[in-house]
Formats: sequence, C-alpha cells, structure tokens
Amino acid sequence: MTRNRIKLEIEIPTQTRYLGLIGNIGEQLAWDLSDYGGDRDVLAYNLNLVLTEALSNVIKHAGSDNQALRVCISIEGNSLSIQVHDQGLGFDLEGVPCPDPEDLCERGRGIFIIRHLMDSVDYRKTDKGNVLEMKKKL
Amino acid sequence: MNITLDNKDGSTLLRFHEERLDAHNSKELKDYLLELMDSGSKKLILDLSEVRFVDSSGLGALLSGHKNAGLREGRFALVGVQSRVQSMFELTRLTRVFEIYPGVEDALADGTGERPHDSKQD
Repeated sequence: MTRNRIKLEIEIPTQTRYLGLIGNIGEQLAWDLSDYGGDRDVLAYNLNLVLTEALSNVIKHAGSDNQALRVCISIEGNSLSIQVHDQGLGFDLEGVPCPDPEDLCERGRGIFIIRHLMDSVDYRKTDKGNVLEMKKKL
Repeated sequence: MNITLDNKDGSTLLRFHEERLDAHNSKELKDYLLELMDSGSKKLILDLSEVRFVDSSGLGALLSGHKNAGLREGRFALVGVQSRVQSMFELTRLTRVFEIYPGVEDALADGTGERPHDSKQD
C-alpha cells in the first residue's frame, strides 16, 4: 500500500462564500486516500463539516473581511492535521461551553461538533495572529 | 439562496434548491422563514431533499423556524432529509425536536404538528 503524504496550503478571503470550496476539497481528500479502511462517505462528510465549522468560527471572530485566512491540511500516514490561521481578534476556545441538548439556542454547536469529530482541538496565538489546530488519527 | 414556494392543502411548501445549508446562506433562510410567518403563513413544510450538507449554522436556521412556528401556534415540518443531514440532527440531539417526515405527502397526511415519533408512542 502507498503511504499517504499530502500537504495542502490554501489562502482565502475571510468570507463565508468560500466555505463550500474548502469543504469540497476536504471531501475529495477523503475519497483520494490510498489506505483508508473506514467508511469514506462518513469521512468525506466529516472533513467537509470540520473545515466548514472551523472556518465559520474563525470568520465570525476575524473582525474584518479584508484579511486572508490560511488553511493547511496535512495527511501523513494515518495522521490528519488541519490548521486555520487568522489575523483577527481571536476567541477563547476553552470558554466555549458544551451545548445543553435541552436548550434550543440557535448558536454554539460548531466547536462541539469539531471536538466530537476530531481527537484534539487547540487554538493559540502566533506571531502573525492565531491558529486553530485540529488533529485526528484516521 | 434558491428557494421556491408552493401551496399544498393549506400548507406552504418550501423547496430549498441548494446542496449546502451553511453559514453562507443560513441567515438568509432564517430571515425568509420569519418573513413568511410574519406575513401569515402558519404551516410550513421545508423540503430538504436537495440538501446534502448542513452545518451548525444551518441547524440554527432550522431551529429558528421551529421556535418561531411554535411561538405563532403554527407548524414547521421537514421532509426529504438525507441520511448525512439526519446524522447531524442525531449528533446534536435535535431529532427529538424537529417534525421530520419522509416526504411531503406524509407531512400533509399527518397535520397534527406533533413530532412523528411522538405520535407513534401514543
């Protein structure tokens, strides 16, 4: 079997109109993995979802749509890493509460979904802004 | 946002002609549903059969429709929900909240406004 080694770096404007484009790239990656034994349909949807939620969240806190977002997707063997770099004000990841299933609030489920689908989620300051990093063993 | 309207047996049928319901178009759908209800449409049936992807913002728009229909003693039913979209409802435990039917005729036949699985338990 060929070992997966893929690295993508994409820069997009801070606008929600690009969510579909990036989500679809995530889906295509799932279909192109050479040695994935799980359900590819599920993996494709989940990669689309994680990328969409991560970008929406970062765009929400970016403050301006003049800045660029950099998305890095890396697959090395069975390790998946997704980074979303922004230059905005940032947010407190640890301060995002887990949604109460009894509460029909219209917001606040994005980070919960990312946490549910990925093994680790981290948001930290960098020299040029912030990075949201999500990792998963495939 | 590409959506078409039809009247069926006293209900307003909305067909959402988009593959994605996400942070890009969810606000537009939310506002549109609210406008319809404010202009007197009380019974809404939203056909999602063309939607293959929903994110948390999309769920928020659907929740808004559900809550506003409830506040106006109306109805907000979903039909044609694809399996991956259904899995989003399950992940966020919203299946028990929404009135979901396989197709338009099923929703029209059961005009109770109760959730289908509640009816089965009676």
